[in-house]
Amino acid sequence: MEIRWEVFLMIVGASIVTLIPRVLPLVLLSRIQIPEWGMRWLNFVPVAVMAALIGQELLVQDGKLSFGAEVIAALPAVAAAVLTRSLLATVIVGMLAMMALRFFL
Amino acid sequence: MALQENLTAPNYEPHIQEERFLQGVKSCIPTLLGYLSIGFAAGVVEKTAGLSIAEILLMSVLIYAGSAQFIAAGMLAASGSPAAIVLTIFFVNLRHLLLSAALSPYFRHLSPLKNLLVGALLTDETFGVAIHQAAMKHRLSEKWMHGLNLTAYLNWIIANIAGAFLGQWIADPERLGLDFALPAMFIGLLVLQLISRRKLKADLLVAFCSICLVVALSYLTSSSITIILATIAAATLGMAVSKWK
Repeated sequence: MEIRWEVFLMIVGASIVTLIPRVLPLVLLSRIQIPEWGMRWLNFVPVAVMAALIGQELLVQDGKLSFGAEVIAALPAVAAAVLTRSLLATVIVGMLAMMALRFFL
Repeated sequence: MALQENLTAPNYEPHIQEERFLQGVKSCIPTLLGYLSIGFAAGVVEKTAGLSIAEILLMSVLIYAGSAQFIAAGMLAASGSPAAIVLTIFFVNLRHLLLSAALSPYFRHLSPLKNLLVGALLTDETFGVAIHQAAMKHRLSEKWMHGLNLTAYLNWIIANIAGAFLGQWIADPERLGLDFALPAMFIGLLVLQLISRRKLKADLLVAFCSICLVVALSYLTSSSITIILATIAAATLGMAVSKWK
């Protein structure tokens, strides 16, 4: 149960560089008026970033395009999301699909 | 609900619709399994990388970012220097700039300190839940946001510690599909957003381009920069397309 000095420094440094991007726009952008085009841009950021993260998780491996079991497991997850509109159901269906695929492949 | 949706004048709503802390806690529940499984996996990886329970606790409390903690564990195991680890984590988490910026219009009325508290516990998942809520209600409550954030935060810490303790006996977490919890959660968050926003054509175009860009850019640069570039480009496309209509 000890904390090494080097690890402590790393954790403090990492916590600072994770905190800054989280708070900076919220703190600063609240002070200034965002123009209409800026708002419209921000409006599309959530969809863009979520799709980017999905693309990276499902389609990229070692910096290359890859179609693995993840792509197949994503299909029932998407279906679960559309049909149930529940995040929990989506996660469970996705995990079960992945488990089944790994079991059979 | 039906009655509230029929009231189009937003002036009626503040004290009726002010979402409470407990409702934020409730809104977080669907994501808990995702946090648990990813936090658990992170705990397992951190433990096997040679970190002590105290160090894992400190990491989950102070860093509170799955991607960052996975990187830290991996680089520590490969005996990377603290400076190199911190720099890598900085780039990976730059994407939070975009999430924080997207939420800022909803909290403009708050003081900088209160905005700092809202943003300090922002994650991909709480952002997804919050922006979904914002799309439905056209506003976000500070108390609701704290309920959402703190629930996710506590769950994350507990999951990390549980993973650190129990991970010793789990030889192969991938067999249980644990690693797919993260992409499945992103899928759920994206689909639920697409459904609630009701501008499907533009959204699908943006999502499709974002995915294509991620794949193309991953041949050229690191994964964290890829996410940022694809997001900026795809959101810009969405902005341009929505202007032409």
